[in-house]
Amino acid sequence: MPATTKKQVHLAAQLPGIHNVTVWSDPRSESQIAIDSFVRLAQTIERGKFDFFFLAEGLRLREHKGQVYDLDIAGRPENLTVLSALAAVTTHLGLAATVNATFNEPYEVARRFATLDRLSGGRAAWNVVTSYDAFTGENFRRGGFLPEADRYTRAAEFLTAARELWDSWGEGDIKANAATGEFVAAGAGRFAHRGQHFDIAGRFTTPPGPQGHPVIIQSGESDAGREFAASDAEVIFSKHNRIDVAREFYRDVKRRLAAYGRSPDDLLILPTANAVVADTDEEAAAYAEEISRELVSPQTAIAHLEAVWGRDLSAYDPDGPLPDIEPEDDAHFLKGHSVFRKGRAETARQWRKLAEERNLSIRELVIEVGGRQTFVGSPQTVADAIDDYVQSEGADGFVLVPHLTPGGLDDFVDRVVPILQEKGVHRDDYTGTTLRDHLGLSAAPRPAGWGGPGQPLRTGHDQPGRDHTVRDQSVRDDKETSA
Amino acid sequence: MTGTKGAPNGATGTTGTPEETAPDLTAPLHLAVALDGAGWHPAAWRETGARPGELLDAPYWADLVAEAERGLLDFVTFEDALGLQSAAFHLPDDRTDQVRGSIDAVLLAAHLAPLTTHIGLVPTTNITHTEPFHLAIGIATLDHASKGRAGWRPQIASRASDSAHFGRRTTPQLTEDEVGDSELISQPLRALFTEGAEVVEAARRLWDSWEDGAEIRDAATGRFLDRDKVHHIDFQGSNFSVKGPSITPRTPQGQPPVVSLAHATVPYEFAALGSDVVAITPHDRAGTAAILAQVAEAVERTGRDVTDRPLRTFADLIVFLDDEPGAAARRKARLDEAAGAELASDAEIFTGTPAELADLLLDWRSTGLDGFRLRPAVLPHDLTAITRGLVPELQRRGVFRTAYASTTLRGHLGLARPASRYAAAG
Repeated sequence: MPATTKKQVHLAAQLPGIHNVTVWSDPRSESQIAIDSFVRLAQTIERGKFDFFFLAEGLRLREHKGQVYDLDIAGRPENLTVLSALAAVTTHLGLAATVNATFNEPYEVARRFATLDRLSGGRAAWNVVTSYDAFTGENFRRGGFLPEADRYTRAAEFLTAARELWDSWGEGDIKANAATGEFVAAGAGRFAHRGQHFDIAGRFTTPPGPQGHPVIIQSGESDAGREFAASDAEVIFSKHNRIDVAREFYRDVKRRLAAYGRSPDDLLILPTANAVVADTDEEAAAYAEEISRELVSPQTAIAHLEAVWGRDLSAYDPDGPLPDIEPEDDAHFLKGHSVFRKGRAETARQWRKLAEERNLSIRELVIEVGGRQTFVGSPQTVADAIDDYVQSEGADGFVLVPHLTPGGLDDFVDRVVPILQEKGVHRDDYTGTTLRDHLGLSAAPRPAGWGGPGQPLRTGHDQPGRDHTVRDQSVRDDKETSA
Repeated sequence: MTGTKGAPNGATGTTGTPEETAPDLTAPLHLAVALDGAGWHPAAWRETGARPGELLDAPYWADLVAEAERGLLDFVTFEDALGLQSAAFHLPDDRTDQVRGSIDAVLLAAHLAPLTTHIGLVPTTNITHTEPFHLAIGIATLDHASKGRAGWRPQIASRASDSAHFGRRTTPQLTEDEVGDSELISQPLRALFTEGAEVVEAARRLWDSWEDGAEIRDAATGRFLDRDKVHHIDFQGSNFSVKGPSITPRTPQGQPPVVSLAHATVPYEFAALGSDVVAITPHDRAGTAAILAQVAEAVERTGRDVTDRPLRTFADLIVFLDDEPGAAARRKARLDEAAGAELASDAEIFTGTPAELADLLLDWRSTGLDGFRLRPAVLPHDLTAITRGLVPELQRRGVFRTAYASTTLRGHLGLARPASRYAAAG
């Protein structure tokens, strides 16, 4: 099949650092803080011609039973600062930072992203997240948190205000004309935004970078989150580990775009995924099993269960069945980590059901519910699976989250990427210099008040909707915001 | 040498012992440069050799900092504010003939970190509008990214119009009379300085909140962290609180040095409370001695033990440097004419040769200063004159390093790496 007719696989990667997605006990596991780790991973994936490098945000350390949680990797740098440093040692790779719209203000966030876009020559992206978490709020002046209903209205207005700030400078506002003595156009940067959440006015300091606006990323799964993505985002992260669920999500989100006058190509859907690569499928399967057990130690398994139950379960055997006692119905036990949107009792009921159906021990259950899309196998198997997933409209590509820092994507880049290139589904080299170029997004900033006629949806492989099982986001709904 | 020590009877700054002793004139001089736009003269951007269209782009700054590092300087500072530049201190203006536009100084410093190896990188941030937690992890991250070369210049947001960019609070609108007098101006800003000192203290506690060695990776017990070495700071300020701990582990320097600029009693106390380096703006040798005495009094009032926590003192100067006698003054006159007004500054304005500047620096230094933060009037001209004219002159006189002896900013400043206060408390 000619390469031009195949959908391209978009690849991004995250240095996860925290949570139980990184094996820290492996001798190859290095620092998750040292700049050398970030440089190594970024340069590796740039060699693999990935679209972008992504960092989540941490604003409070997780706690368990009132104490700092000590079983997983913890601690991370401030992500825009790290990405500004990486901009100096990379040339094409996009640089995506998560920044919370709850504990920040538009003027400063818009300024920092305009700065990153300038410093990187047009490679900045902003993953807009929100929080309703008073626990995290204790680190901030704002202190409290937003009512759930206000999360997305504030985020949407935050983004609107940021766009107004980016648009407050015209293309040629810096004249720098020594002959005439005119440095700047009159009124450059002037803005005024008066809304429900923000009432701000004055002069913005920073002309936008080459992209005009950074690429906007969203990572929510809820209905409000999907709508926000359809109206405002250019990339959406999802966390599905089953192709049927992924395809339904894909179809649903792409369908929503038309209402905002956008085409399906204006929003890329990138699930987070792991790839475990070895010489043979058998070796890869064995290694994947080993990784799962390293990630979920017996102590980790009990801690996760305690988070749901809200009780001390330290007397239970991690290799035995789930407790038959009912959970407490109080505030979050494991704070700053998983948020149980459906409530403790419902989550516990779903976990029990799953454990009984599949005869899973506590530890096996925690491994199961924590899983994300994982590609396991030889380089050929992994490349084929990724290609199939994308061609069948389960995703536009993936954000790979390596289980080892910083060398966890070496095998993928050296062994899987060349196969994807041979298949004609991944670029041999960058064809542009900005992240918008890599993602196939319009180069210019969108004018304020998008609109225009809706374009017809490109239909995919429609399948009847399926009931989401307990594995669908009961635990990990849009929580990349906390460490 | 410590620049100031609480000296009785308002005596001039001494070298760190309680008794009056003669300053050590053979001690190495500390030298930093303040980088801002096209330079500190408002018409600098119009000079031949200026790069006015590139002031917000990385290559321009990379070239400047590489030059400063070639000159073996202790550190560079980057000016910044959350409002557009203005010719007036207290009000925005609509001028179109001066440099306008800026980028975030912390991110700029981080970008320059991998491109340099030794020089200290000191961004300015406001401490009035930005969350203390964000400030603390940004500077901590700069220290990780630069492997121990971060500093921080905290600055209150003194322009009322900047508050309208955030819409969360108001700050005092200063009057024409107030901005003409450094003591008067600091009075309405006293509350912002008090709050700012709390921001610096909260940041320092966050930097201490992870002790060294908190990461243990103990496979036997399954523990990545020793949670006994990670601390809530529970900071309660007059206007804000921060629970902690930091999200960012303890940095190479532990505490990146804090640099502040001060012109009056209130900011001298701000420096005495939280700074490692204070930059002052004297206009002659006698004025230097007088200000150092005021700083020493502020140190005394705040109860700071400068033996334990030395406070380095730097003087700020705007410099026009040319090898040919008289050339710098003529250049300044030409720039003043282009600007339509004579250059005015809080700092003394020097015009002359590198040898004349070396004479001045050593003369003023004899009052007890540790060093100087020079503000190049025109970039890159006056920066290059510092690194290739002044620095060799000072080296010839045996008062400036001929190679970096350290890779951290604390090392350059002769400041020890502090232990976490939480470790000290057991």
